[in-house]
Amino acid sequence: MMKHSITLTVNGDRYTLAVFPWRTLNEVLREDLNLTGTKRGCGTGDCGACTVMVDGRTVSSCLTLAVDVDGKEILTVEGLAPDGERLHPIQEAFIEKGAIQCGFCTPGMEMSALYLLSNHPRPGEREIRHGLSGNLCRCTGYNKIVEAVAEASRRMEKNNGAPGGGRKP
Amino acid sequence: MTFPKFEYLAPQTLDEAISILEEKGPEVRVMAGGTDLLVKMRQGLLKPRTVVSLKRIQGLDKISFDRKDGLRIGATALLADVASHPSVRSHYPAVAYAASETANVQIRNMGTVAGNLCNAAPSADNAPVLTAMGACVVLAGPRGERCLPLDAFFLGPGLTAMEPSEILTEIRVPFPRRGTGTSYQHLSARGKVDISAVGVGVMLRVEGKTCREAGIILGAVAPTPLRARRTEKLLVGKSLTADLLERAGRSAAAESAPISDVRATASYRRKMVAVLTRRALSEAYERARRNAKKR
Ligand SMILES: Cc1cc2nc3c(=O)[nH]c(=O)nc-3n(C[C@H](O)[C@H](O)[C@H](O)COP(=O)(O)OP(=O)(O)OC[C@H]3O[C@@H](n4cnc5c(N)ncnc54)[C@H](O)[C@@H]3O)c2cc1C
Ligand code: FES
Ligand code: FES
Repeated sequence: MMKHSITLTVNGDRYTLAVFPWRTLNEVLREDLNLTGTKRGCGTGDCGACTVMVDGRTVSSCLTLAVDVDGKEILTVEGLAPDGERLHPIQEAFIEKGAIQCGFCTPGMEMSALYLLSNHPRPGEREIRHGLSGNLCRCTGYNKIVEAVAEASRRMEKNNGAPGGGRKP
Repeated sequence: MTFPKFEYLAPQTLDEAISILEEKGPEVRVMAGGTDLLVKMRQGLLKPRTVVSLKRIQGLDKISFDRKDGLRIGATALLADVASHPSVRSHYPAVAYAASETANVQIRNMGTVAGNLCNAAPSADNAPVLTAMGACVVLAGPRGERCLPLDAFFLGPGLTAMEPSEILTEIRVPFPRRGTGTSYQHLSARGKVDISAVGVGVMLRVEGKTCREAGIILGAVAPTPLRARRTEKLLVGKSLTADLLERAGRSAAAESAPISDVRATASYRRKMVAVLTRRALSEAYERARRNAKKR
């Protein structure tokens, strides 16, 4: 069996990697690129802990072969706050609204929230719950997460939807 | 829980893909979104030696529509794109709805309608409406292309009429005639994001209040999506009263052949077939009457 040479742009950085075909995007991100923000829960598409964006759309990285996304742009939770200091408005809202307990679902939840808000900048509660239906949380009971996404939507609108730097002036 | 080892190929043309299937024989698997295939591989249910990705084949993800040819959904068109396509939403609302109710956001950004059909789960959410509307699938193989009605496509759980070296390239759905309405109704344990325990797809064509054509397909209550033929006959030529729709629901329940499994018991499923069939017929009827007036 042969390794394949692939190129991924992850959070704006280009990587050329040699990978076996059976390795998932999740494994390559976590093990080869050390981007452990993206979690791995069920491994079968049910929990959403592994959610990342590929070319602007959320996917389950546990069910995505790395070879299958050769040449694509990947955004992970690390890319939400590229300088590692100023948080994305979604992250700020999650903290402020108490939407994080153990935190295991958070990276996936935030990617799903970003995808939702990029398509529906002002979602209602129903839309938020729909948008997060592919993400499970064992801790919060979801209400705080729904509130956080609504809050993030207000902040991002004030901010013209620009990601990053959602601080109040 | 890593995958068993396999070889990966990503041909750029359909011909190339078909030759690979022919050459590699039974140990090869085609992959579109992989949301069924990779789960089965993860669980050790499938151990293909070679996986052939269809995603690099140009143009295979196309969704096109016109009134003459109807709707054409390419093999790698994503569930999410079918669900949001303006022509699908306006002319095939139940097709768009079924796609939008399949799985969750992430899986709809990966999986395809074609993969849902090829996987041939009795519960496949996209099968009932497409079959009820008389859709056919284009199968390309070493000896050329054939177009097979979905009625003849499903043979059993996980089993289709496709030859091992054939690839489903396109789903074709005829343009609905004047006075046509469709509906999909389904139920599952976890809200609606879970695999359906029962699904009912309906197509009706009416003139005034009289039913001229009826297609009723029941999902997840038989080894394949099941055409409720007796119930269809019960409706054709009759005036669609509330009482008749109620009777049609009971008739469809009698035609269904459900089993008990992790998702629901057989008796619950049978009861729900009656309810969902009635709801689907009444929504389809509403839409059919609106459609008859509109054009
Ligand atoms: C978390 C989760 C939730 C889900 N929820 C639902 C649900 O609610 N309802 C539902 O119906 N399904 C559901 N599914 C199942 C699955 O997502 C769908 O069936 C999906 O449409 C499959 O499409 P795919 O492109 O990913 O198929 P793949 O996994 O790529 O392929 C499925 C099968 O079809 C074959 N195949 C695919 N394309 C072709 C082709 N063009 N020609 C020949 N053979 C082909 C493959 O070899 C494989 O055997 C769910 C799956 C997951 C992981
Ligand atoms: S780890 Fe991918 S969905 Fe659970
Ligand atoms: S915060 Fe623990 S799983 Fe969501």
